[in-house]
Amino acid sequence: MSGLSISRRGLLAGISAAGASAALSACGAKTGSDTSSDSAAKADTSGSTVKVGLLNSLSGTMAISEVTVHNALLLAIKEINAAGGVLGKKLKAVSQDGASDWPTFAEKAEALIKDDKVAATFGCWTSASRKAVKPVFERYKSLLFYPVQYEGLEQSPYIFYIGATTNQQIVPALDYLKKQGLTKLYLVGSDYVFPRTANKEIQAYAKAKGMTVVGEDYAPLGSTEFGTIVNKVKDSGADAVFNTLNGDSNVAFFKEYKSSGLTAKSMPVLSVSIAEEEVKSIGTQYLEDQLTAWNYYQTTPGAANTKFVAAYQAEYGKDKPTSDPMEAAYISVYLWKEMVEKAGSFDVAKVKAASDGITLDAPEGKVTVDGATQHVYKTARIGTVGADGLITEVWNSGKPIKPDPYLKGYDWASGLS
Amino acid sequence: MTVILNQSFTGISIGAVLLLIALGLTLTFGQMGVINMAHGEFIMAGAYTTYVLQKSISSAGVSLLVALPVAFLVAGAMGVLLEWLLIRRLYTRPLDTLLVTWGVSLMLQQLARDIFGAPNVQTHAPDLLTGNISLGGGITLANSRLFILGLALLSVLALTLILKLTPLGRRIRAVVQNRDLAEVSGIATERVDRTTFFIGSGLAGVAGVALTLVGPIGPTMGTNYIVDAFLVVVVGGIGQLKGSVITAFALGVLQSVLEYSTTVSVAKVIVLVAIVAFLQWRPQGLYTLRTRSLA
Repeated sequence: MSGLSISRRGLLAGISAAGASAALSACGAKTGSDTSSDSAAKADTSGSTVKVGLLNSLSGTMAISEVTVHNALLLAIKEINAAGGVLGKKLKAVSQDGASDWPTFAEKAEALIKDDKVAATFGCWTSASRKAVKPVFERYKSLLFYPVQYEGLEQSPYIFYIGATTNQQIVPALDYLKKQGLTKLYLVGSDYVFPRTANKEIQAYAKAKGMTVVGEDYAPLGSTEFGTIVNKVKDSGADAVFNTLNGDSNVAFFKEYKSSGLTAKSMPVLSVSIAEEEVKSIGTQYLEDQLTAWNYYQTTPGAANTKFVAAYQAEYGKDKPTSDPMEAAYISVYLWKEMVEKAGSFDVAKVKAASDGITLDAPEGKVTVDGATQHVYKTARIGTVGADGLITEVWNSGKPIKPDPYLKGYDWASGLS
Repeated sequence: MTVILNQSFTGISIGAVLLLIALGLTLTFGQMGVINMAHGEFIMAGAYTTYVLQKSISSAGVSLLVALPVAFLVAGAMGVLLEWLLIRRLYTRPLDTLLVTWGVSLMLQQLARDIFGAPNVQTHAPDLLTGNISLGGGITLANSRLFILGLALLSVLALTLILKLTPLGRRIRAVVQNRDLAEVSGIATERVDRTTFFIGSGLAGVAGVALTLVGPIGPTMGTNYIVDAFLVVVVGGIGQLKGSVITAFALGVLQSVLEYSTTVSVAKVIVLVAIVAFLQWRPQGLYTLRTRSLA
């Protein structure tokens, strides 16, 4: 009876010990303790090449999204080098793997700045990783270009936010729903900083603009059990669902949504974290006709986008879609190049001073850097998912929207932050 | 009323998933006392089997049906290999088994990552299973959930019949109740162990096929379920099939009812607290195997 004689206490202790050591190994990475005076790390620009850092998760749960961003960054660097480089110097990309682990991001950021002496760093995806590296870039006075839409309410002097802030994505999405007469909303999100903050903003908007939030639910990141949440949504009598779920939970959520009989016609879902790449992995059969809010789609018209899509597919494969964060990553390198050339120097302070007003004919349309907030003027675009997995625009804001990360220009948002 | 009925069905379908993933464990952990942390990776193997088969068989329905037996064999074979290579050397050292199989679980996850890539993959559900049956009055039963429920009940039935009626089942029960006496009675206990492990691991593979209908397939999908599976087996009473069945459905319904009135995270906490309280009251679980052993 040796098998049955294990004491339950011993067993549970053993299991939790195994779990605890897994957790420990995850937090074991040190966050960089070398504070050798707060010396601004000098970028090494003496040679004929200049190093730039690429900081993305090339492994782990975020790899699905971040590898595509990494590819887009490499493409931009390759193109810039082919056209002669920046200030006559060729760019040399130094890639570091953040491994979907936030302390690792901080550690690798420090390595890029201190050891590789990069002139600027491009990358990060989740707000958690951005918040982990923020103090590192501020301590060493080095620049990070962040390519993903985020929850706003942040403004670091050493980060350029190339993705949308709230008033360029979530607020226009709410305006659109309101215009469609979809005023009763159900909020579904993953349980972490971005959805919680975004939903607080949505609640404030709804209260001021006569919309009602009939329910708000969060699922843990990675959760795959959505039966109850979908039942609640169904019983709520909502007109539409505002979806801030991230990652794989979307797969389980939309499978459950469809099999419970809800459709894009009966109750549309507007998602802010599902781009072309994610549509492919969730499956178009579950997403067809559902709404998304971004600033760029693969189908966005314009010569700049045709060129971008063609270049990307030539480099990485005909069937590879392009998406909003990829496009933002791609243009972030070009924006930095413009800033450096306007400043005539790789010096961080001079580059920052030169940033205001830099304009680019980007694949997403015209973008302009706002020097005061270090964000970018972007056009908001609402789209629907087609049967081919591409997203077609159904509405846009007409002109680039001025970035307003703290929502200062919106009365209803005065109680936030 | 509609709410209650819809929620009960959701609870039962959560229970069915729990039951499927815990079923194999009632054999390998419950009957044999092996703490196999790699059980979750056998679930993953079953799910990836479905994915691979769907690449070669275009019809989603056919590939799903073919996947059930194939996943059983694939996961079962992996189980036998693990038993033969490692576990049989560690039968008297349960905590070492835990660490070794946990290591194996990490290696299998990395292997899956190397073969299928880090991003999660999807299978296409057959059209028949993406719809739902409407019973009127707003009550809908999702076909995929009904399928999983049917599969779970069928697996329980098959396992019960094997254990109760076949010579193999009698030998398994004999070895569980008294290994030494079974051995002197001429039962090849080593072979019985291996067969038990084969069936238990194979059932994990079947659970993996079912899970492709619910969520994404990824290298770490098994770890998401392994803790729940152990909870079901421990609460149900180690080695007790009916205990696992009742526990799985009870936990499923409890989870869904609590989730409806609170939130997902709060419901999870309350369920865990309830389990801890229950085990304080009945440390041996819902049902116990009565033996004359002193252990």
